Amino acid sequence: MNLREHLRDRWVAASVGLTTGVAAVAVILGFVILPVMQSYTNYVGLWDAICSAAGMLGRAPAGAVVQPMQAGTQVVLTPTMLQPADADSVGRGATLALRCTMCHGARGLSEAGSPNLAGQYPFYIYKQLKDIQSGARPSVVMYPLVVNLSDQDMRDLAAFYAYLPRLPGYHPAPPRPRIVVSGAPMRSIAPCGACHGALDYKIGSAWLEGQPESYLLTQLQAFASGARHNDINGQMRVIARNMTPEELREAVAYYAQTPP
Amino acid sequence: MPLHKRLILCHFWLGFAGFLAALVLGEWQMFIRSPLHAWIGDPEWYYRAVTGHGTAMAYVLPTLIAMAVGYFMTETSLQRPLTGVRWAWMGFALALLGTIVAVLPVAAGRASVLYTFYPPLIGSAFYYIGIVLVVLGSWIWVALMSVNLRLWKRENPGQTVPLPMFMNVAGAYLWAWTSVGAAVELLFQILPVALGWRSTIDAGLARVFFSWTLHAIVYFWLMPTYIAFYTVVPRAIGGRLFSDPMGRVAFALFLIVAMPIGAHHLFEDPQVGGGFKYLHSVFTAVVVLPTLITVFTISASVELAGRLRGGKGLFGWIGALPWRNPIMLAVTFSFVLLGFGGAGGVINMSYQLNTTVHNTQWITGHFHLIFAGAIVIMYFALAYDMWPHLTGRALTCYGLMRAQLWTWFIGMLVLTFPWHWVGILGMPRRMAFYDYTDPNLALEAIPVIISVVGGAIVLVSGFLFLAVLISGHRAVRAEPGVYRFSVAVHPPQRMPAALNGFGLWLALMVGLTAVNYGFPIVHLMATPGTAVPAQQVGLLR
Repeated sequence: MNLREHLRDRWVAASVGLTTGVAAVAVILGFVILPVMQSYTNYVGLWDAICSAAGMLGRAPAGAVVQPMQAGTQVVLTPTMLQPADADSVGRGATLALRCTMCHGARGLSEAGSPNLAGQYPFYIYKQLKDIQSGARPSVVMYPLVVNLSDQDMRDLAAFYAYLPRLPGYHPAPPRPRIVVSGAPMRSIAPCGACHGALDYKIGSAWLEGQPESYLLTQLQAFASGARHNDINGQMRVIARNMTPEELREAVAYYAQTPP
Repeated sequence: MPLHKRLILCHFWLGFAGFLAALVLGEWQMFIRSPLHAWIGDPEWYYRAVTGHGTAMAYVLPTLIAMAVGYFMTETSLQRPLTGVRWAWMGFALALLGTIVAVLPVAAGRASVLYTFYPPLIGSAFYYIGIVLVVLGSWIWVALMSVNLRLWKRENPGQTVPLPMFMNVAGAYLWAWTSVGAAVELLFQILPVALGWRSTIDAGLARVFFSWTLHAIVYFWLMPTYIAFYTVVPRAIGGRLFSDPMGRVAFALFLIVAMPIGAHHLFEDPQVGGGFKYLHSVFTAVVVLPTLITVFTISASVELAGRLRGGKGLFGWIGALPWRNPIMLAVTFSFVLLGFGGAGGVINMSYQLNTTVHNTQWITGHFHLIFAGAIVIMYFALAYDMWPHLTGRALTCYGLMRAQLWTWFIGMLVLTFPWHWVGILGMPRRMAFYDYTDPNLALEAIPVIISVVGGAIVLVSGFLFLAVLISGHRAVRAEPGVYRFSVAVHPPQRMPAALNGFGLWLALMVGLTAVNYGFPIVHLMATPGTAVPAQQVGLLR
């Protein structure tokens, strides 16, 4: 059959006609009538309504952009950005780390209540250095030490501390409190280990086991109050805000006493 | 008579092996999330099991069954040996290899991304490569179905294509087109990230591509079931098919309107405009038509069987039906489950009602009713019907078959009704842990326990099914005779060209896809800044 005969076939005419008809009615309803009838929208004219129904991005209302009250983190982490760390990088990091030893210990293990860095995830160290440098994580102690570091310096420091062995365990782990095991889904609290490494690791989060109790508690309280605000999507602020003081203490005590 | 019995049996067995393994995983997931078991402490094990369950049930089982049924139908309905047997074996080898390559990283915890992929989650590249291999194997099957029909048409010019083959090829073409969406997502978006060539992914666009596949894939799963309704059931219960052309119309409608409706899975997604959601919603409503046509035609065919067996009066024919025949039971159960599942589906496709049930256990209940219920129960029936012709042995353990079908039916109802209920209560799906001590969740505890019991009944039924198939391989040798299909009340003499080929329906299918998906895809591809960093799962475990 040629095209003309095809078009004369009543099956063709009926099926194409019906399909086109249904589509046309749906398009008119979905793109024109329903958007125009929706009284709660603020479309500027018919064309604006049609574009919106098609999924086009609307213009931002002038002057109504809300600026964040604090500078958040600008760091973008990807799984492959720090790999592979070679021996040169670790060596350079070891040299740079000499100025960190006063607080973080000669082998990355602190006796001053500062966080232990030995065996910490490289992503975490790199991101914190970036955030301290940019002001996303304010720190009067760390800022002068970090302000002149280059991007490569930070990668080297991250490689060095990740390379150092964690302190071996010398006592059995305490029983895990409920908030650590299962979180509290009804309050948007995930189990800690879902990001922090015991169950799964989400890049950018820290290794917590064996950290000083006072440091962990201070940081959780800072997240809860918003004084610390460099978590990428605000997830630690939400979690810390929703934890009870009792749960904060239990979680912190558990991690401080668990061998790294 | 099927000539390449070993080929068809291999497909069946690979599909059913994946099915049984996934069935065990499914019940385990239900049990450990219920109040009957303490929290397992590691959600990853749950997601690993869900990924395995979904991959086997959604990709391996239906694809292999469709291929097996397709080869069987080709040889028996066209009454000529399958052309391209070597290619068919290659397709099977790809599906087998793909299954193994996909399942290993899942078992190792390196690909717990669920069968729907969920970018920006990214698992091991081998998982996605395995899926691609399974799909490639099925594309060989699609090509073989098309080629065999073409060769038959050349040998039989002007003849009406037998109904089983028409439906079979319609299913193959539907799969070919619907699998393109997920294939594009895998090849151009996910695999480059999984292989480390790229670190960001446009998750919104990926979801649009997956929705292209996600709804019509259900109709691909449905095809063997509907083929059985039309071409096996009336014959098996001693009736006549009420209308042959109606069956063709239903399958032609599936080609057009099953495909461009996937955005109803994206009702809560911001990257698709409300107008397109409405458009897809309208066509989702239209897809009810082919199912209504089928339910009417098959019910009429069953009534004919009842009357031929001496049933009289308005309802007398129902009592006269062969209720001890497993196929009669299967089609009844399938229709009941399809009715409940379809009613739930109409709620899901309604924009506003969907808001209430979106991503709750209601959805899990819905698709288990449709797929695990209405569809898979007919896979059992097809296997029971075809087994003697494949093994050359009698399959006469009717009591066991009836027990299997009854337990599957009851188990499915007990499994899915509580899911619907807790879904309305707001219980989210795909969560590894529920704190039933919370007053807000306490109401869900008892329905969840009931559904675990339903799952256990279904599990028992799965193993009864295995027992039936194995007994079929061990029974005495018996000549099964010629494999026959349903005969229509009015066997078709002259079929309109439109119902004897696919050109018109394929053109409408592609055209409507372009209308419904074209702009959202082009728009998202042209919008800058829509990619997000990929999240590797199982990174440092």
